[in-house]
Amino acid sequence: MEPNLLKTKAMPRFDIIFTCSVAFLVALWAVFATSHAEDLGMAFHGWIFLGAAIAATLGLVFTAHGTALQNDQSTYSDGVIRFGVIASTFWGIVGMLVGVVIASQLAFPELLYFKDFGFLNFGRLRPLHTSAVIFAFGGNVLLATSFYVVQRTCRARLFGGMLPWFVFWGYQLFIVLAATGYLLGVSSGQEYAEPTWHVDLWLTVVWVAYLLVFLGTLWKRKEPHIYVANWFYLAFIVTIAMLHVVNNLAVPTSAFATSSYPLFGGVQNALTQWWYGHNAVGFFLTAGFLAIMYYFIPKQVNRPVYSYQLSIVHFWALIFIYIWAGPHHLHYTALPQWAQTLGMTFSIILWMPSWGGMINGLMTLSGAWDKLRTDPVLRMFVASLAFYGMSTFEGPVMSVRAVNSLSHYTDWTIGHVHSGALGWVGMVSFGALYALTPWLWKRERLYSLKLVEMHFWLSTIGILFYISSMWVSGIQQGLMWRSYNEFGFLSYSFVETVKAMHLPYIVRAIGGLLYLIGTCIMAYNLWRTVDGAVAKKEPLTLSNPNLVPAE
Amino acid sequence: MSYEQLSAFAQTSGMIYFMAIFAAVCLYVFWPSNRAKFDKAARMPLENEDIDHVR
Repeated sequence: MEPNLLKTKAMPRFDIIFTCSVAFLVALWAVFATSHAEDLGMAFHGWIFLGAAIAATLGLVFTAHGTALQNDQSTYSDGVIRFGVIASTFWGIVGMLVGVVIASQLAFPELLYFKDFGFLNFGRLRPLHTSAVIFAFGGNVLLATSFYVVQRTCRARLFGGMLPWFVFWGYQLFIVLAATGYLLGVSSGQEYAEPTWHVDLWLTVVWVAYLLVFLGTLWKRKEPHIYVANWFYLAFIVTIAMLHVVNNLAVPTSAFATSSYPLFGGVQNALTQWWYGHNAVGFFLTAGFLAIMYYFIPKQVNRPVYSYQLSIVHFWALIFIYIWAGPHHLHYTALPQWAQTLGMTFSIILWMPSWGGMINGLMTLSGAWDKLRTDPVLRMFVASLAFYGMSTFEGPVMSVRAVNSLSHYTDWTIGHVHSGALGWVGMVSFGALYALTPWLWKRERLYSLKLVEMHFWLSTIGILFYISSMWVSGIQQGLMWRSYNEFGFLSYSFVETVKAMHLPYIVRAIGGLLYLIGTCIMAYNLWRTVDGAVAKKEPLTLSNPNLVPAE
Repeated sequence: MSYEQLSAFAQTSGMIYFMAIFAAVCLYVFWPSNRAKFDKAARMPLENEDIDHVR
């Protein structure tokens, strides 16, 4: 340990120099942005950037004299992961709460329309919900788990000294900038890529730092083989960097205005947008969370991956095929027919690698299926795989042009997205958070497994409410839109199709509420676990599976 | 180059490209001498009992 410390001290700390320079440049730009801003959004963001730069400088000054900045290579860097777990839980509740609010707005538009508060309107809150659950909740889960997994499977401390902290706090800054921008009505108008150019640039800086941390840790690994979970994380980081940069290419109207002109126009813009959009699903919400599956499920059942060979075929097949599937979002548009067919074909082929991965995850339980009875965290993981299998079957079906003519622009799409997002991404994330918390805070067990079980049922029933109501409303909507009377006129006016959605929308809001309550129960359970508490009715001895009475 | 020529080229080369990558992955995966490496790799998540310190 001693020689290590001496060596680190002798090296110039590029991580600290980098962070200070970034803070300085950001502060410099922000001072001008606050005074020269051409719109309210930019002025507001100028102040946030300035505050963040000052906070970063103060943070560095106050930690510099202690041991916090030392880079002890004999230990893992876990502090940043603990913050990641807390941030994931916090943003999960925020994002899902906003989801319940906008679902209620759709169910009761006359009650929840606030004429005098523009920032509370559906149009502003909807991107806040999608970005908060995908990028804030999902993104923090991916940051935390990737930092945990890459260290353990490489047997190396995270690369870059305090660079992982820069990535973590920089990413939170990105979330705050994006969220406040939406509320102020500042948006680039592209779905899931709504942040404006200056926020996009900031995310690029953070993302490159993330890539450096990840690659650097792989570079100094002590294991010769790079474990499959790290391949998935790497594909996620690299592809998101590419998608983010290409889809957001734009020329700002001024250095201190939020508006910009996109590089692509018309159908090229649409194709780039859905190449981005669908691969945000493929590489953010799938590849990254498959990495979680490949580490946490073997760990939780204490059995090796069912087939490592399948995992390699799964990886290469998934990443080579996913990238082509985007055009299925543009059936019956100005996009050439052959490009639509290409997107549809690749979406159907994609079914195979998706199910290959699901089967590999499920079969890892073979010989240990009994653990499902005693371990609610494992049940969370298995349910997530079931939903993954279901939504990756539904997706290819919906990508078929004939099916899409019924399903597109209806609530069926929303239901499909949520069976993937709530079922697969949400539940695999909950499983990972339940597993990580006792490991990171050195607790023998979670505060309460009964509460995990309650969370499991609340979220499962919530998802079922959500997706079945959306099937009903989506198919009904699609059928009403395409029904003609004997004179060739539309049978229903648009508002009649909206009225028909009332009941399904109420059921959907209830489903979302159940899911949100489950997440709040998780937050309580994790907080008590961190606190070191153990539920009185579930003493620690009971957590030993050998002592569980047979039924 | 006409549309037909371009599309024939794109379809054929696309097929060869995908088949070649798939074949290469399968060869790597099923190559007998890699077997031991993969069996060991499948157990990697289970082998970090010492979760605080780099071994």
